[in-house]
Amino acid sequence: MPKVKLPRNTPSLDMTPMVDLAFLLVTFFMLTASFRAAEPVVVDTPSSISEIMLPDNYLLVNIDKDGRAFYNITNKNVRIAALDEMGKRYNITFTDKQKKRFSLMTSFGVPMVQLPGYIDMEESQRLKFTSTGIPMDSTDNQLGAWVLSGYKQYQINLAGKKQEAEAKKETFDVKKFKLKFAIKADSKATYQSVKKVIDVFTTNEIYQFNMITTMEEKPKAK
Amino acid sequence: MAEVNSGGGGGHGKHDKKRAKKMSTRIDMTPMVDLAFLLLTFFILTSTFNKPKALDLAFPAKPKDTDIVDKTKANGISILITEDDKVYWYPGQLKPESEVQKTDYSKNGLRMIFTNGNSKIIVKMNALRKEAQGWDYDPAIADSMFKSKAKPIKGDPDALVVLIKADDKASYKNVIDVVDELNITDIGKFAIVDMTPEEKARLLTLK
Repeated sequence: MPKVKLPRNTPSLDMTPMVDLAFLLVTFFMLTASFRAAEPVVVDTPSSISEIMLPDNYLLVNIDKDGRAFYNITNKNVRIAALDEMGKRYNITFTDKQKKRFSLMTSFGVPMVQLPGYIDMEESQRLKFTSTGIPMDSTDNQLGAWVLSGYKQYQINLAGKKQEAEAKKETFDVKKFKLKFAIKADSKATYQSVKKVIDVFTTNEIYQFNMITTMEEKPKAK
Repeated sequence: MAEVNSGGGGGHGKHDKKRAKKMSTRIDMTPMVDLAFLLLTFFILTSTFNKPKALDLAFPAKPKDTDIVDKTKANGISILITEDDKVYWYPGQLKPESEVQKTDYSKNGLRMIFTNGNSKIIVKMNALRKEAQGWDYDPAIADSMFKSKAKPIKGDPDALVVLIKADDKASYKNVIDVVDELNITDIGKFAIVDMTPEEKARLLTLK
């Protein structure tokens, strides 16, 4: 019996459209991705079932496992304004260059006296630097001052934006820009240290918080 | 050779010999595609998983503290969180004869207590969830509608009121765990308050 020879075709596929699409998506994600700068502390948050995403504008207090507090404002303009206000309050003048550098920084955890030096450091130096955390005792409540000035400057910034929008006759949804107060604490932190930060907020009449957590699967309803 | 490939006639042998071999324009794109998809996956994952998830939490304003404490008289329980992941609870208000029981963070611990105490609300909330699945609205509208409908259910006078009380040695994780359990069991009425001296003394006797 003669062997039946099957014609062997190499399956060739035109991959060009797929490649086009893949690169288009790569470009898109590359451009939209914002890389996080290295944080001065690693905070390992507890998990919860919450699916609420944080908005773009928030004041964040990081609490590491030793109870040190680190502060961060997401909005760059507000950051600069808050630094200005804090500088005036503690009699420290910041140069324009320092302000610019500060606006690009992530959270920081140094007292006001150390802040100019901390800003001037290179990023690699900053990572090696051991921060003491922002003081929040009743005698020297710098964290409270930071929170308050951040909150105040954000309102000023928001009012400016609103006026701008009104001048252009655009609708301005204040709700969308509502400032959230976030606390990101390490799961190993004691409740007492978190409570101290919460007390800083509550004495300034802020009672609504967002505790940053990692996602956990929801248990199925029976 | 020249004869086979003859294009223009026999006389131009020299020209034919020098003709470049026609190369295929197809190149193997596989490695490039591999790389492209690798990068694509990387960027997709990093961009969506980067956003932090947040747990909403409201703290009672100082003067109103007594308000919610009073509510626990009828339909409330207190959760006492202390060191080494230990957790205790008691219903209503602390009296010398009331029993402070030990529990844990497992499914059969706190969640059981909350589900039993809040069973009416859970049934209503599950019915609402089922109803919400049938809604044919824009996700944002459906979400706000769900929230507005869930609010009166969770605020029902029969709903369980939970007071979370953590002492100085309690870990932050445990507090979040309890709040998380409350969210799982649809308890909307809760407050994180300070532990009273009586409760602290009671805890000491239990150790």
